[in-house]
Order: sequence, then structure tokens, then C-alpha cells
Amino acid sequence: MAITRTNIMICVGTGCLATESEKVLKNLELILKARGYDKEVKIIKTGCFGFCEQGPIVKIEPENVFYVRVGPKDAKDIIDEHIIKGRRVERLLYKEPFQNEGIDKQENIPFYKKQLRVALRNCGLVNPEDIYEYIALGGYEALGKAITKMSRDEVIDTVKKSCLRGRGGGGFPTGVKWEIAKAQESQVKFIICNADEGDPGAFMDRSILEGDPHSVLEAMAIGGYAIGSDKGIIYIRAEYPLAISRLKTAISQARELGLLGKNIFDTDFNFDIDIKYGAGAFVCGEETALINSCEGKRGEPNYKPPYPAQEGYWGHPTCVNNVETFANIPSIITKGPEWFTSMGTENSKGTKVFALAGKINNVGLVEVPMGITLREIIYDIGGGIQGGKKFKAVQTGGPSGGVITENELDTPIDYDSLTGIGSMMGSGGMIVMDETDNMVNIAKFYLEFTMDESCGRCTPCRIGTKRLYEMLNKITSGKATMADLDAMKQLSYMVKDGSLCGLGQTAPNPIISTMKHFWNEYVALVTDYDNPQGEGKYEAKNKIGIES
Amino acid sequence: MAGSQKTHEDKKTINVIINDQHLQVPYGISILEASTEAGVRIPTLCHLDLHDIKMVNQTASCRVCMVELVDSKNNRNKLVPACVTTITDGMIIRTDTLRSITARRTSVELLLSNHPNECFTCPKNTDCELQALAAELGIRKIRWEGERMNYPKDISSDALVKDSNKCIYCRRCETMCNEVQTCGILSGISRGFNAFVGPAFNIPMVESSCTYCGQCVQVCPTAALTEVNHSDKVWEALNDPDKHVIVQTAPAIRVALGELFGMDPGTIVTGKMVTALKRLGFDAVFDTDFGADLTIMEEASELIYRIQNNGTLPILTSCCPAWVKFIEHQFPELLKIPSTCKSPHIMFGTIAKTYYAKKNGIDPDNIVVVSIMPCIAKKAEAKRPELTKDEHNNVDIVVTTRELGAIIKEAGIKFEDLPESEYDRPLGETTGASVIFGTTGGVIEAAIRTAHEWITGKELENVEFNQLRGSDGLRKATVQIGDKELKIGIASGLGNARALLEEIREEKDKYDAIEIMACPGGCIAGGGQPYHHGNYEIVKKRQDAIYEEDRNKKLRKSHENPEILKLYKEYIGEPYGETAHKLLHTHYEERERI
Amino acid sequence: MKIKSLDELQKIREDHANKVKLRDSGNGESDKIEVLIGMATCGISSGARETLNAFIEELDHKKIDNVKVVTVGCIGYCHSEPIVQINIPGQSPVLYGNVKKDKVQIILDQHIVQGKPVDNLILKVDFERA
Repeated sequence: MAITRTNIMICVGTGCLATESEKVLKNLELILKARGYDKEVKIIKTGCFGFCEQGPIVKIEPENVFYVRVGPKDAKDIIDEHIIKGRRVERLLYKEPFQNEGIDKQENIPFYKKQLRVALRNCGLVNPEDIYEYIALGGYEALGKAITKMSRDEVIDTVKKSCLRGRGGGGFPTGVKWEIAKAQESQVKFIICNADEGDPGAFMDRSILEGDPHSVLEAMAIGGYAIGSDKGIIYIRAEYPLAISRLKTAISQARELGLLGKNIFDTDFNFDIDIKYGAGAFVCGEETALINSCEGKRGEPNYKPPYPAQEGYWGHPTCVNNVETFANIPSIITKGPEWFTSMGTENSKGTKVFALAGKINNVGLVEVPMGITLREIIYDIGGGIQGGKKFKAVQTGGPSGGVITENELDTPIDYDSLTGIGSMMGSGGMIVMDETDNMVNIAKFYLEFTMDESCGRCTPCRIGTKRLYEMLNKITSGKATMADLDAMKQLSYMVKDGSLCGLGQTAPNPIISTMKHFWNEYVALVTDYDNPQGEGKYEAKNKIGIES
Repeated sequence: MAGSQKTHEDKKTINVIINDQHLQVPYGISILEASTEAGVRIPTLCHLDLHDIKMVNQTASCRVCMVELVDSKNNRNKLVPACVTTITDGMIIRTDTLRSITARRTSVELLLSNHPNECFTCPKNTDCELQALAAELGIRKIRWEGERMNYPKDISSDALVKDSNKCIYCRRCETMCNEVQTCGILSGISRGFNAFVGPAFNIPMVESSCTYCGQCVQVCPTAALTEVNHSDKVWEALNDPDKHVIVQTAPAIRVALGELFGMDPGTIVTGKMVTALKRLGFDAVFDTDFGADLTIMEEASELIYRIQNNGTLPILTSCCPAWVKFIEHQFPELLKIPSTCKSPHIMFGTIAKTYYAKKNGIDPDNIVVVSIMPCIAKKAEAKRPELTKDEHNNVDIVVTTRELGAIIKEAGIKFEDLPESEYDRPLGETTGASVIFGTTGGVIEAAIRTAHEWITGKELENVEFNQLRGSDGLRKATVQIGDKELKIGIASGLGNARALLEEIREEKDKYDAIEIMACPGGCIAGGGQPYHHGNYEIVKKRQDAIYEEDRNKKLRKSHENPEILKLYKEYIGEPYGETAHKLLHTHYEERERI
Repeated sequence: MKIKSLDELQKIREDHANKVKLRDSGNGESDKIEVLIGMATCGISSGARETLNAFIEELDHKKIDNVKVVTVGCIGYCHSEPIVQINIPGQSPVLYGNVKKDKVQIILDQHIVQGKPVDNLILKVDFERA
């Protein structure tokens, strides 16, 4: 076996695939072979680097040179110039806006400078389809350590001490959840990975599953051991075909090595994982709806209690954790809770992955320590507002969150501070609006989403969100009165107060928060329709440059 | 739907404060139950507690029963649905704050904003729970108007109408259909604002495996599910001078009809009902009980035949058309087991158009047989091809107890004040055995009364077989007849029927005879009966009344009915003989399951 | 093959370490020794590719894993190709000339392992411009 001197890392995550990284990959392979360098240089397919705005991404190791926007035609230069002659392909290096000098090393790119990668630690670093690469980077050591050297209580205690909170949005302490699930007396328990990512513009979980599926499998097995479950289920939306195929590969590789299955690490711990597909309903991210969907029932939430930890999948105690939450677990086990609590703020430890979208220069996936300010994320990492326009607001927490304005940009991000300023952490969607965005339209965009995604079970959400949307329509078409604004405000609070699950209880948040911060824009549409604030057209769909 | 957590500590009591009232309540009960105990009314809509038949609809979806849970420590009161929230020790609840009242009214206003404004012409007018709720909450204005659902009515079946635009998505029908009846026809379709309840893929009801048991109609709070109304056909027939219109009333009508006129549940109104029907202008007022006695003659003979000839056992009663359709869809491999007897009202129709027609010199084509039934499945049964394939239908028009009530009111008859009168002869002569057909356990008891005397050749000392009575959905009993011990199974409610049939299919238990009725409790709780609105005590009172009616009869065994004996002597010959087969027996067919 | 213990897992990790050893997580500065090899046309024609592969093979053979071998372009000393530069963190870079593959061994043993530059192979240039 010839020894490899160089790795060409190419991103084949969904974002880069969409910008033809598959063709780049083919060309690289062909040219490498033609030049006779295919023995000493290896091409590695990786998951997402996060810098999706600049995809396809190709990184050359060990030089640590980071190429962006690599087209199929650039493959020739990468091989002939860089690989063969050792010369950087200057035009493919990332350049900051208004700068001529290319930046070659990943860590020197401002987008990465303030990032801290824990959950995404292996994304872009390993070939997600090769379990040996994951193991070579220390993978499955946490599982081995947990089940051969730690008691179940010790595992739970470690997770509790790490203060890890649910990354799906709720922020419930993961260790406590595990403790509750463990305390249930039952022969049969389940651990479910919630991969039903549904916020518009959010793709954190998809990237982790595509780029580092084993970290999630490993964590699920650790969780299974801790709570006393031998069966894991990954509930993933069928619209994530690449993540599904990577997961399937990873599961079968893990089974082959005995890291899933019977008597793992020669102990009496058995654990295996099944994949269940969701049809992509947003509400199925709610854990009771998710469990209903897993059981083949209609994907709608149940009243809690009983909580899934008490009565979940087919009535058995069930622990539901989000993808990103799981991705944090192996490092916590191997590096210890103190390492984890060294990052973040008092009540929110560790890091959080955000999907940056909207009117921002660097659209992509970022992982930052808790406590970083929104301003740092938007300006330092995100590269500021597109086209040099003025920042207006940023929506966190997806359709359940609220807008945050210029005044609050210096708030350190954590679960509590975001709630404090009328938004929420959510699963990590972060959508930036500029001065041209009309905030009534933004509210309408989100309401249209929640209205469409309501399961319809309870009255306030089923009919209330529809009526709210209709009122927003009335406002944006200039037919509303001030009384309508009042009625809408009232109904917003009632839908929030009366709905059955989190979807309905948070659905009016975009209206409530835009009314609070941009009341003048609502009034303007009622009193002076011909001179609206922001852009004059009021079409909700695709208005802020994200998929609806 | 998932139930609230029940614990083993049932005996413990805990403290709760509801609207400043300090109470001690049993551990594990809901806020709604505790409030009822405290005399505080919390309006509900989707909630339906039919624990007698093991059905509790706990979807917590209408959000009408919202009450405020006081959390003064954190100054964070919150609204919770009273129907599913279990009381915990020290809970402080307010049901009367502006916040909870507003939430309630908002939910009702929102429901009304998506509801057709046609109360005047709605079949549930004055009997609608949403209408009553709007009145109770004093809704005078709907603040949020907008688009309404616009689905076509499903009028595909002969039995029930589904008007999804009136569906408030309480899911009671779904719980009934899936958990009690285990038919699995109705479930939520579409989502968000467009959500409604219907069969899979929203196929027409007639293409589904729906048995038309009508229990969904019985629990629907609005008119989203109602029976197909045939009262106009009755009016037309009564006003056609060329027609000889005769009517038969099922056993369960006489103990329920009075409720529609403000009379107490369980009031026996047989005599008034006969008078009303006569005043309506029917040419003869007969009793389905006559058909029931005839059914016993045939069914008891069939049972004895099967016992003596090593025939298929158990024998299953076949009076209930919903149950017959259920077995055709769900257990086609067991179609050899049911008795081949036509149901009593169909037997009656056959005899009316043959024996009665001949005897009175009337052209059967000019006879219109109207059945008053507690059931909507009977409407579909009367249209079954094998029962209409001869020159004439067995039964022409089927109307429910509710429809009859409306007809009587429309005719201006003051039912409460009517004198009593007797059924006409010959087809109005009946026995106590046929009356009890109206309740679960009644058909098999009637059959045993006859079979017992026929097999032993001795007169029964006590005709009441208490081991066959009761209100549990699934009962097993043995009856000693001579030296033979008959093992009997009785199921009411299709879920219980399914359990029994599975036992038979898997040969877990051996039975000689089985009675199945589709509606939990039997015909007295049929889909065509006056709405019980969640109060199953009403059904129990109807059952008591049925047994009282039996006790009041001089003749209590079907084979003692003199008109029946005359019918065999003059026209049919032997029970279970050749003519009987031609006239009184039928067959079943395998049906698709969807 | 099933993994039965943490030791077996560790063994697999070692067996596959070379798969990922070239990679840098991109999280901050590396403390690795860098071996820079000029791979311009002049370098390649003088045998730089062989030198490069010799470095890789020797490092692997000796199980030295704190070194990364990086290819670079021409630095203008075509007469002395193949040119190799050794960067040890915290020390001035050292430039070697005429490093045919037979010189790889001595540079590795003396400079990289023992920290003593191989004086007779050093190319005397002024490094200020770098």
C-alpha cells in the first residue's frame, strides 16, 4: 500500500452537492488518475464544512488550504498546480469582501475564527461513510468507556454535570431527562433521535447526520445504556435522502464491528437502531407527535402528561433527544463534564450550532460558544449584511421565535437571554432581515408556515392561525383598520394561551414580536398604505430568500 | 387517545381549591371531575366520558374547558384543559377568570367562524352541542370571520350523511369508530385548517368497510354525522291513496321515543306510540316483535338442527345488520357461523308482502312497509340486493326513532297527552321474548326460552335467565338444557364482537351460541335513538324498561305466540323447513376491507 | 469482526490512524513540525516527488506523527532543487538544498528527531523575506 501524502477533502453535503460538488469530485478523480498521482494522493468525501455560501468547498491536507466555490473546471488546476507543483490556486482561495488577498488556511477565514466546533467537530474532517476514520479520531471510545468503565448512574451524572441542555429548542437538561427515563420501571424502553428538523432555513441536524453520523449513533447507544434501553429509533424526515443513506451505511458498519447489536464490547449491553421516516411535517418535531408518527398514527401531539419518558412509544418509557444534543455526548464522556462547562455561560454550557440565512453575506452553518453576541455572529462570522445594506432584525427560534433588533444585538446568546428579549433559542435557525424587509411581511411569512404546518388538532391553532394569516393578508393589502390590528393582537395572545402543543403556543410569536418592535410598520399599512415601510410588494412566499 | 395517568393510590384524597372552595377529592381525578363534584360547571365540547362502554374521548382538542391554574409563587398562572388535567395536591384553580372565559369564548367563536350558518335548517337544530354551548357562553358576535371549509357532503350511503363542513374536529367519532367499534373507518384527514374526519383517502362512505352502526352519529356533537333522512318518503306514502301503508316498530323504540317529548328516560310509551302511528294514518300498526318471535322460531330450530346434526357451532345471531356487515368485511372466513335467519324487520316485511297480502287480498306491490328502527344500519340493510331482488322489497322505508319523533311533532300530535292503544292483528301479536330483542342478551335469552322447551319438552318454570343479562360488553354464561350444557357468549359493541370472533377463529374457547349486537348495550343504544349526549344512565333506564315490558306480557315465549303458530299452520309449514328457507333465510358475502 | 474491548478499539484506531493523520481540524494553530518541499517544475525534474514520497514513507516507517509534509511552489533556487524547508515551531526555519531521496534519512534522524540541523546540507539564504 502506497502511503498517502495528501488528502483532498471535498464536501458532499447537501449544500455543496447542490452546487455540483459531485462533478468536481469526478473530475478530480479522473485527472488525478491521468496524472498518475492517485496512489499518493487520496480524495476524501466529507460532510458539511458549514460555509455553504462559498460551496463547493475543497480542502487540501496536510497543507490546510481551503478552496471555495470550486467548479468542475477548477479540478484541473487543483491537481496540476497544487498537488503536483505545490502552488496555491490563488483564485480559489476565500477572499473577504473588498479584499484582494486570498486566505489559504481555514482557521484564518473570519467565518471560522470565532467558531468553536464540538457538535460539528468531525464535519468536514472525516469521511462519513468510513467508520474507521471515525474510530481513528477517537470514535466509539466514549461508548466503550461508558459501558465498560462507568455505571449507568455515572453516565447520567456526567451528562448532568455537563449541564447539557436540549438543542432542539426546549433547552431541557439532557441529564435530567435521562435520569427520569432511567427511573421508570419497565422492561422495555426506547431512545429516540429527533431528526425531524423543520424550521424554515435550518439545517443543523441534517449536516451533522450527513457529515458525522457515527457521533449520533454512538451517543444514542450511550443514552440507551444510561436509561436502560436496548432499542434506538432515528425519526428522520424522508426529505433528507443523503442523511438517510449515510445513516444506513453507518448503522450497518457499526453493526459489523459489533458497536451496535448484541453484547457490545463483550458486555451484556445490547443496543440496536432503526430508522423511521417522517413525511416532513413540522409538528412531528414535537415529541408526542413524533412518537405518534413513529407508531404509524397521525402525526399530531398528545396532551402531556403523561410525558414520553413515562409513557412514550407504544406506551413504553421513551427518551427523545435531538441530533445536535446527541452529537455533544461522546466528547462529554471522553473529555469530562468540566471540559464542557468551561464553554458557555452560567446557565447554558457548551456551544450551539446555528444555520445562518437570509440577508447575510455568509449563509451557512456555524457553531459558536454560548455567550457569544448576536453582533459577533452576524458581523464577524456572518460577514455582515448583503449588499452593504442596513441591518434591521434577526429572527431566532424559527417560526416559534421572535425578532431581535439592533438594540439587542449585544445580548450574549443563551437559552435564557434570548427568551428574555422575547425570542427563543429554538433549534438554531437564524434569519437576518435588512432595511428593505417589511416586518409585517415577515410575520406573514412565518404565519403562513405555521398555518400550513398545524396538524389541526386543537381549535386555536387550527382556526386561529388561519384567521391570523387572513388578518395579516388584510393588512398587507391595505384593507385593515386599526380595530383589526387590535383584534389580531388579541387573537395572537389567545392562540398562544389556548393551544395544545408548542407549535400553536408559539405560532403567534412572530406577530407579537414584530408588533412590539415594528408597530409603526403595521400602522403605516393601515393609515398610509401607499407609502409602506420597506419593500412595497407584499408577497409572503419566498420573500426573504429562504425555502418555504 | 392517551388517557390521563391512573395510579394505584385511588383511596388517597388530596386538597384542591376551586374558585375559593376548599375541597378534598380522590387522588387521580381530573379538574373537570373535581369541579363537577364541587358544583362548578365547566363547559366542554370534545370531551366525552362513556366509561360504561370503556370509551373516554380525551383529545383535549376543542380548548373549551380551559381553566386557570394559579401559580402565585412564580406569578405565572397558566391555562390548562380541565378535562385531561389531573389534580395534584394543593392545586389552586379558577374557572371563572376573564382569562379562562376569554379562552373558552375564543375557541367557540373560532369554531363558529368556520361553521356553516344554517342552524335553522340543520338536522341537529336545537339538539346540537355547539349551538347549546354558544348559547351558554353568550356568544353574540364572531370577531374573526374568514374562509370556511367547503367540502361536498358525503351522501353516498343509504344510512349516514357526512357533512364535513360541520365537523369541529372533536374526534369523538374517531375514538368511537377505532377504539370501541374497532372498525377503523373514521380518522383525521388533511391538516391544519382543512382537517376533518373521514375514511381513508376520503373515499365515499359507501366504499368503506363502515358497518353503519351509527355510534359515530350518536356521539357527534354537531350535524357532521347524521342519518339519511327518509321521513319525506313516509309522508309521501301516507298520502298516496293507492298504497296500503303498514308500519312496524322495533322493540327498542317504545322505551326511548318518550324522551323526544320531554318524558323521563325509561318511560314505556308503547300505547301512545301506537296511537300516534294510527293518527298519522298508517293503514295498520304492527310490531317488529312479531318478526322477532318468528326469528326465534327459525333461529331456535336452526340451533337445535345444528346441535343434533353435528352442524357448525357456535351459531351466531344475525339480527343486527351492522354486525353482519362487520363479519363480512372483517372475518369473511367465519361466514359459515352466523344463523341464516333474516333479521326480524326483514322477516316481517317478507310476511307482510306474502302471507298478510294474500290473507287480505292486497297486491303486494301496493303495500308499503315502514320500519321504525333504533338503528341506521337497518336503512342500508333494507337496500341489500339479496333482500330486494324479488319483485318487491322486503321493507320499503326505514326511519329512526328520531325521525319518527320529528314526524309526530310535524303532524301536530301532542304525544304526551295521547291515550294508549293496541297494535293491530295479526302482525301486532307479540310475546315478552321478542321485546327483549332490544337489549344486549335479549335475543339469546328469547332463543333459549324456546329451545329449552323444545329440547326438554317441559315447560320452563322461570323464563328469566339472569346469567344472560347485564350491561358488560362481553359476557359468557352457561345454560343447562336437559343433560346438555350450552355455552353462550354475548357481545355488544363491535370491539367486543371482534374479541369474541378472534377467540372463535383461534379456537381458544368453544361456544354453542353467540349473540352479537353492534351497539354497546344493544339496540336501546342504537345510532338512531334519541341522543344520549354522553349520559349512559339513559341507556340503562331503557334497558330496565325493556325487561319491565317483558314482565308485563302474558306470553313470554315466542313459540306461544298464537299468530305465529297460525302463520306456520296456514302458510309456512315447519320451522326451518322448505318454505321457511325460501322466505325467512338469507346468505352473506365476503366483502373487501378498507 | 466484532470489537470486544476498548483495547481492540484502540488497536483499530492505531491501525487506521494514518487515514486521518494528514488532517487538521481547522481549530487553531498546529504544533506540528512542517516539512515543506518545493514542487515546481524544476523541483520535480530534480526528483522532488521521490524526495516527498521518501519523507512520507520514512515518517510512517518510524511512526513519527508530529510532522506534516507540505508541498509548496518554487522559491527561486532552481539550481539547488530539490529544496526542503523544515519548520520547527518556535525555531527559525531551516532550508536544505539538493535533497535527493537519499538525504531524507539523515535530515529526519538528525534534525527532526534530535533537533540538530544537518549543517552540510543547509542552503545559506536570508530568510527575512519569508
